[in-house]
Amino acid sequence: MLTNLLSGDRPRSLILTILLLAILAALALAPFLFPGVRSLETAARICIFIVLVASYDLLLGYSGIVSFAHTMFFGLGAYGVALASTHMGRGFDALIVGTISGAVAAAILALLIGLFSLRVRAIFFAMITLAVASAMAVLVSQLSGLTGGEDGLNYSIPRELTPAFKLGKLFGISVTGKILNYYLVFFASLALFLLLLRIVNSPFGRVLKAIRENDFRAEAIGYRVVLYRTLATCLSAAVAALAGSLFAIWLRYVGPATTLSFEIMLDILLMVVIGGMGTMYGAVIGTTIFVLAQNYLQNLMGVAASATEGLPLIPQLLDPDRWLLWLGVLFILSVYFFPTGIVGRLRAED
Amino acid sequence: MSDPILELSGIHTDIAQYHILQGVDLTVPRGGVTMLLGRNGVGKTTTLRTIIGHWQAKSGSLRFNGAEITTMPTPARARAGIGFVPEDMGIFSDLTVEENMILAAASGPLNPARMQWIFEAFPPLKTFWRSEAGNLSGGQKQMLSIARAMAEERQLYLIDEPTKGLAPAIISTMAGALRDLKAKGASILLVEQNFAVAKALGDTAAVMDDGRIVWAGEMAELASDADLQERLMGLSMEAH
Amino acid sequence: MTTAAPDHAPKYAQLSLPDRIAKVMPLLLVPLLVIFGFLSIGSTSSWLTLTVSGLAMGMMIFIMASGLTLVFGLMDVINFGHGAFISVGAYVGISALLALESWTGVPSLLLNVAAVLAAVIAAMCVTGALGWGFERVIVRPVYGAHLKQILVTVGGLIVIEQLIQVVWGPDEIFLTRPEMLKGAVTFAGAAIEKYRLLAVVFGLVLFVAMRLVLKRTKIGLIVRAGVQNGEMVEALGYRLRLVFIGVFVAGSALAGLGGVMWGLYQEVITAGMGEEMMILVFIVVIIGGLGSVEGAFIGALLVGLLQNYVAFLEPKLALISNIALMTAILMWRPQGMMPVVKAK
Repeated sequence: MLTNLLSGDRPRSLILTILLLAILAALALAPFLFPGVRSLETAARICIFIVLVASYDLLLGYSGIVSFAHTMFFGLGAYGVALASTHMGRGFDALIVGTISGAVAAAILALLIGLFSLRVRAIFFAMITLAVASAMAVLVSQLSGLTGGEDGLNYSIPRELTPAFKLGKLFGISVTGKILNYYLVFFASLALFLLLLRIVNSPFGRVLKAIRENDFRAEAIGYRVVLYRTLATCLSAAVAALAGSLFAIWLRYVGPATTLSFEIMLDILLMVVIGGMGTMYGAVIGTTIFVLAQNYLQNLMGVAASATEGLPLIPQLLDPDRWLLWLGVLFILSVYFFPTGIVGRLRAED
Repeated sequence: MSDPILELSGIHTDIAQYHILQGVDLTVPRGGVTMLLGRNGVGKTTTLRTIIGHWQAKSGSLRFNGAEITTMPTPARARAGIGFVPEDMGIFSDLTVEENMILAAASGPLNPARMQWIFEAFPPLKTFWRSEAGNLSGGQKQMLSIARAMAEERQLYLIDEPTKGLAPAIISTMAGALRDLKAKGASILLVEQNFAVAKALGDTAAVMDDGRIVWAGEMAELASDADLQERLMGLSMEAH
Repeated sequence: MTTAAPDHAPKYAQLSLPDRIAKVMPLLLVPLLVIFGFLSIGSTSSWLTLTVSGLAMGMMIFIMASGLTLVFGLMDVINFGHGAFISVGAYVGISALLALESWTGVPSLLLNVAAVLAAVIAAMCVTGALGWGFERVIVRPVYGAHLKQILVTVGGLIVIEQLIQVVWGPDEIFLTRPEMLKGAVTFAGAAIEKYRLLAVVFGLVLFVAMRLVLKRTKIGLIVRAGVQNGEMVEALGYRLRLVFIGVFVAGSALAGLGGVMWGLYQEVITAGMGEEMMILVFIVVIIGGLGSVEGAFIGALLVGLLQNYVAFLEPKLALISNIALMTAILMWRPQGMMPVVKAK
């Protein structure tokens, strides 16, 4: 039954299985294991980004398509919920309307980009997605009447999902709407991840892999490569948008910096490559490592920087703001030496 | 027989996951025309490309003038004296005929005496000297391709199906030019499907099948033996 | 004795009028856009100022883009890290300029120009060397693998941008132009900044110089041939690898030059400036056609002009307008305006 749930895609490595179970347990019981606002934030962030990165893996790892537009779809989902909540008022209906419209908009936009880019060389696709995503980010910042501009939007979500809604105590922790919100995020993320596993292990997913390996041959056998690639792009975009909607529900705030920035796109790239492209589980591992590092490594670096105060250059290299430097180096090393990422490495060992 | 100009021993070449050359042993004698024959797809082009270095041989030994060139990069092999005329001609379409020829003379400016010889052999090149090479007809492009190889003195010419798709009049021009080359002392390894040309030009011949040389010897011997032709290449080449 | 081929007196089919127009069309787009801008903007003085700004910006983008398009055309290498060279060039050049304050602060054209020249040379040397290192360490191991190239060069971009902040600090650096380059000249009621005029002239000179090198020198010939059929160039005896490294280094140096010029144009530099420019650089390279310097030139002018015109008319639509331009051109010519015809 478990294998069925995972669509036949088992971890295939003891260490990996242990890690995945540990992460699953930690996330499932986060409110109780790690009480505190910051830890819960981190846990929710991990859940949402796992889905976001996994949907990117569908594109990069399984279809072999490099796109820089992924954060744009994430943003569409987030702004969908934000705008719906702002204009329809707080309520579950606003959340549902926002989520669905975000996902649909993302799929349609992905379709347009895909169909257009297929007229041109494949190499153009990456550059075009970069240009389109940047334009979208700039547009959102500038249409402040509609989107709140640089400042973003603050809105209310159903009371049941806020800390004001109190349910009582469980295991010594007071259960509030925030915890319910967390479990909404957790279960939705879990469901989406399993859905992605189902997609990549279906006949559709196998064709994608064939196309990734040798698109010329796939076309010769009779698969309309154009169609499959477009479909993969749309699916990936829709799931990214759903992740964005969850993000908006959790955070109760959206802004261009938190949803549309190129930095997030780079973060996704790092997570998927370090974790392992084309494995889905790589998204889980990569995201967890990245988000934990983002939150806690920076503190470490801060300590190290002050410890090396007097030396030339070293303090600047260890400045917590420069953490991206080290991630960047790790990223480059991963592409060269661990092209299959951590998951690939673990599977190879076993 | 004097020392061979080119020797392949046990050459294996892979293209992606396909094992194309499966142990090629070939000797090209100095100062003559060696024909490389065989049906389509047996590895003739791959052999030439391995010799010039576009494909790297997986194993085996390649000796040019006695020196081991198996792992030498392509430009070094060309400078050592090997000229290559590929199947698709390799013309730079956006460049003029003049520019194509200037490029071909890698070690310096064009030699006027050689150019004179080339223009005599291929007059259209003179006519279209300043035109874009892409505007030439198929036969003229083929002439340019060979002329480029002739721009500088080379010891060994690797030529891949120069007469493919050409009108008979042009073929005889081509053959004439190759005879001239031979007269000047060059060695030629020629892949050719046109058996009439092969018979007329070839001194020695090697037949390939399934990535290997299955017969090598004097051209005269092969030309006179219809049964042998049939066995090696599936049908009597006289029918062409 | 060779038999000469039968006498050939071919008649060239005269290119039909539509065909001839098609060939020249890309060139005509620039004046067309300028005229269109005039009609939309109305006021001659504003239009004049914007046109000069647009051309100046276009020239700078061309300088940054030229290296990228040649590198891709020649060796099929996508370098997403190109923006890093722009940033580094800007920082090195501007640092040199700030160090030479005694030369830039005085109203002496000679000293001013000397200072700018020193800054440019410093920037180009550093970015050229950086380019050499980048090709060696980052790019070479992933020849032929486009996906890895994109990933790895993006990584390189991140690392270099972070290193800029390590060396120069995270804050933006403001600067002023040298004395003699400050201010504007008036012409037909419009105030046209001296520096922008200089940028236009300089860009034009550089374009002509590049074109001369490509069309009239042997090395240019090798590069043009290499863009079409690298294999054949090697079979003729040329070490294409060395040519490529040279082009990569030159392209990086040009990016550095573009960075210095852009820094002086904006009068402020940030570590992320190269990355920001890359969007426009990519658009230019795409609409120009990968591998074509002329295409990149025309594309850059179009992008620069459009950006300035639209920023005046409807600021919010500036970047979108360039996306629209890219879309329109790709609909018309999916390979770009003047793509290089590859042999295979």
